Amino acid sequence: MGTKQEGKEKVTEQQEAMTSTDQLLQADARLDPKAGSTAVSEFAIEAEGLTKAFGSFVAVDHISFKVKRNEIFGFLGPNGAGKSTTINMLTTLLKPTAGVARVNGYDVVKEAAKVRQSIGVVPQEYTADEDLTGWENVVMVGDLYGLPRSFTKQRAKELLQMVELTSAADKKVENYSGGMRRRLEIAMGLINQPEVLFLDEPTLGLDVQTRAAIWGYINKLREQFGMTIMVTTHYLEEADAYCDRIAIIDHGKILKIGTPRELKEGLGGDVVTLTVAGDLAEAKAAIKEILAVEADDLEANTLRFKVKDASTTVPRLFDALAKTGVKISKLSITEPTMDEVYMEYTGRSLRDEQVSSEEAFRQRATIRRARARWKRARRA
Amino acid sequence: METSSTRIRVDNGPLHGLWAITNRELKKWYKNYILLAMSLVQPILWLGLFGKSMNLGSLFTGTAFNIPGLNIPKQLLDQLGAKVMLSTFGTTNYFSFLAAGMLAFIVLFTSMQSGMSIVWDRRLGFLSKLMTTSVPRGNIIVGKALSSVLKSLAQATIVLIIATLLGMQFRQGINALDFAGMYLALFLMSLGLSSIFLMLALRSTSWESQMAIMNLLNMPLLFASNAFYPVRLMPGWLKPVVEVNPISYANDIDRQLLLGSTGMGSLWFDFAFLAVFAAVFTAISMYLSWKYLSR
Repeated sequence: MGTKQEGKEKVTEQQEAMTSTDQLLQADARLDPKAGSTAVSEFAIEAEGLTKAFGSFVAVDHISFKVKRNEIFGFLGPNGAGKSTTINMLTTLLKPTAGVARVNGYDVVKEAAKVRQSIGVVPQEYTADEDLTGWENVVMVGDLYGLPRSFTKQRAKELLQMVELTSAADKKVENYSGGMRRRLEIAMGLINQPEVLFLDEPTLGLDVQTRAAIWGYINKLREQFGMTIMVTTHYLEEADAYCDRIAIIDHGKILKIGTPRELKEGLGGDVVTLTVAGDLAEAKAAIKEILAVEADDLEANTLRFKVKDASTTVPRLFDALAKTGVKISKLSITEPTMDEVYMEYTGRSLRDEQVSSEEAFRQRATIRRARARWKRARRA
Repeated sequence: METSSTRIRVDNGPLHGLWAITNRELKKWYKNYILLAMSLVQPILWLGLFGKSMNLGSLFTGTAFNIPGLNIPKQLLDQLGAKVMLSTFGTTNYFSFLAAGMLAFIVLFTSMQSGMSIVWDRRLGFLSKLMTTSVPRGNIIVGKALSSVLKSLAQATIVLIIATLLGMQFRQGINALDFAGMYLALFLMSLGLSSIFLMLALRSTSWESQMAIMNLLNMPLLFASNAFYPVRLMPGWLKPVVEVNPISYANDIDRQLLLGSTGMGSLWFDFAFLAVFAAVFTAISMYLSWKYLSR
């Protein structure tokens, strides 16, 4: 009976979320976030020769890229690659040492105030005030942007509904779980109806379900509000599944930009492993003729070759092989993973990096707990 | 997207977000009932225990001593004592003298705490959130200073009420304007001090060092002022220190207005000194916050 009840609740929650996004859409029509601006740009973000040096250490080294409107653009790279530094420059927190960047058509140095008005930022850390409630936090951010209170309240209600925090809105943030806090951060980052949203590691340290939910919101924002989203992540599978384009960055340089598909295909295509019964040489010849690739002998009766778009091209092989009398006894197609792409360009695996940044995240959580203890001690 | 849109007026003025920052700090304060209760208990302890036990007046008036052979009447001794008290403290009642000083004392202690909030905000990431919003950088400091000022004044009000209940004697014919003057003096002093301590904390990430600064400075600032003792009787080397200490001027104003004492200087000079103090340090802190909060 308990599960039935839960299921029912879930449905209501989803309905709630849906209606709230509809309301949000209406709210969008009410607010013209670019009121009074003349900037029109095809690209949401443009960076050219963007550089940041801390002393002799060059954190970001002459990077150039463009992010189209309504795109989810992923920044993928290990710790210290320059992802956060780039985000900090684009969100006007850091002044570039050299180069220019425009966000929403505004120069991040010369028109910093306009950039700030038109973007939303969800930083890597949890930034909400733990002593206040979720509701108070969201409304406060609205006030910080100078939005009219009536608008802020309406918007805050809708946003909290969207990230499913309505029932927890009046609880102090110190009682929130990690997933709830991240969702609250997203609501806080959206209060000013930004055209470009920057998310720095939005899913770091969260469980798989929560991560999927967060990406659900991100997708919704893009699809329904035409928002442009720039996101950094360590999780290769997330970058692969959710980003329209990915930039691989390491040692402050962009190594490659492309759609996940392009990047993976850039490796030479899918790996096809074929076990045949019959003449191996004939099979090889057929593969060369039909697919124009050389197959390698792997072991007895097993061939391996790389081919683009294997799922549509390999079936053509079946007929050819049938004519020669070679039988296929086993076939497997492995699409290259982002991990392989990453290895190809950076020369290392990202798996270890994930561990170290989750470690750093835990350390910050420890500081927060220490603070809470300190506060309790001070009260006593 | 629909074309018909009523435009929402977004406030881009130089003061937007200021109240949001002040309001946040105040909320954190008045919603923390334990902290609020503590801030109520503290002045009771100081006034009730320290103020009442340090009853200097009884040294002269409540005594039973006499000089052998002279047999001075008790009434005369008491009158002499009262004269000594009046000329030293500007009032015959030391408790009233101390209570007036306690107003600035509590304001000092509360203002000094202001730096801590910015250290925590930096450590916990809230500051970086602030920086991504369009709030003008100077408002971050001023907003925090303002919240510290309001807290200080609330505390001072509590002190005043408790002191009155414990027997603080106001001057004859005291009026609302005198109290307004008192609040103005405390406001200016608190604004300047809060700005200083926020400034010191601007780039700091360590609350330990902030605590150390507070502990190092609070007692000297207090003792090198006229909070407990009049300047006139202090050694010559200490006087110049006391005379640049803003706390002395706030005390001086409070005592002139509330107790009717003769002050160190004219009221106008006292107010001018505090106004310049507050203006200078607020300006410096605003400048530094534009400079150091945006890298």
